[in-house]
Amino acid sequence: MMLSSYAVAPTIILDLALMAILIIVAFSIVRMRSLFAIVMLQGVYSLVSAAWFVSLDAVDVAFTEAAVGAGVSTVLMLAAMLLANRKSDPVPISKQIAPLLVVIVAGLAMFYAIGDMPAFGDVNSPANTGVGMDYIERTTKEIHIPNVVTAVLASYRGYDTFGEAVVIFSAGLGVLLLLGLNGNAGRWTASPSGQHTYPPMAPSANSRLRSSRDNIKSVTSSAVKKTSVSTARKSKKKRFKDKGDN
Amino acid sequence: MSSLILDQYNYAVVIILMMTGLYVVFASRNLIKKLVGLSVFQTSVFLLYITIGKVSGGQPPIVESHGTDHVNSETTLFASIGELESVVQSSSGVLYSNPLPHVLILTAIVVGVATLAIGLSLVVRVREVYGTIEEDKIEEYDRIYYKEIIERQ
Repeated sequence: MMLSSYAVAPTIILDLALMAILIIVAFSIVRMRSLFAIVMLQGVYSLVSAAWFVSLDAVDVAFTEAAVGAGVSTVLMLAAMLLANRKSDPVPISKQIAPLLVVIVAGLAMFYAIGDMPAFGDVNSPANTGVGMDYIERTTKEIHIPNVVTAVLASYRGYDTFGEAVVIFSAGLGVLLLLGLNGNAGRWTASPSGQHTYPPMAPSANSRLRSSRDNIKSVTSSAVKKTSVSTARKSKKKRFKDKGDN
Repeated sequence: MSSLILDQYNYAVVIILMMTGLYVVFASRNLIKKLVGLSVFQTSVFLLYITIGKVSGGQPPIVESHGTDHVNSETTLFASIGELESVVQSSSGVLYSNPLPHVLILTAIVVGVATLAIGLSLVVRVREVYGTIEEDKIEEYDRIYYKEIIERQ
């Protein structure tokens, strides 16, 4: 019986090929160190998964993933990446063991749970016999549009979509606040010695820092004095050197 | 085990992909690479949901209003076998995949990009302040910085 259902599924080879590509791309993201390659591979991963979504009958998800996942998020990541170093530092093996263990244990636990899941493409699984199929029946009668996903998104689960819009709005607001709507972006920088720190003025600055603002100010002024002295010395030296040359 | 290979291989692949993404999040010390790992993990979760909603021999959930003549041969085979008692079919007898996971994942994709934008702007701010996006260096700077402050108090 199982074999007959596989004989009817002609897309299985396509599915397997797409899964193989996904795994290869994911593993090469792990191995790569060039950030540009990593970001582009993430776009490839999104695009290949969009292709698999088409094969899984989720056409709306596929074009959203291709446009938003492979398009917009890749552009965002490229924009952020171009500001920083193009290459990530290598991670020492000693720091890779613990994450690897955690991931293996979690993966094994999930593999153990696979047995309880319904078979792939099972029409009688609990997920596929419930409210989802109800929506298909009702959409033709109640909403009168052909696309069931649109009907559910905009009408049956309209409040969810409204919540999504609220999330996007607050995310946009957060990005604006983080990137300098408050006029404090780029005003202060930290350094290892802590001496070149301007008084932190961003509202996001640590309260501990704020309490010791006076200390930092004194440190800063002394640092400024020091640097001015050293530059004066340097210029003196230079003058002497120039004289010597003359 | 044979059922795992024949029936539930999709879950195995999705779990491997999810764990790969999670490993990138945990193990990499570069903030941008961490975010890439997060988005790989996220896309794998989308794949998990969509594979659950797949119905073999089904069509995308777009109902054709006057499409009684267009019936998939596979679908008629299924219907003639009569092994699908509890399947809710549309009036034309066409089998559709479950639209509910599609809707949930549509919302999740857009929310995922919103969180990614927030994460990236945090990375940009971190780089503005520390001059680096490597976690090890950031931690080192923090340690020296706080030590200095405590010493001066």
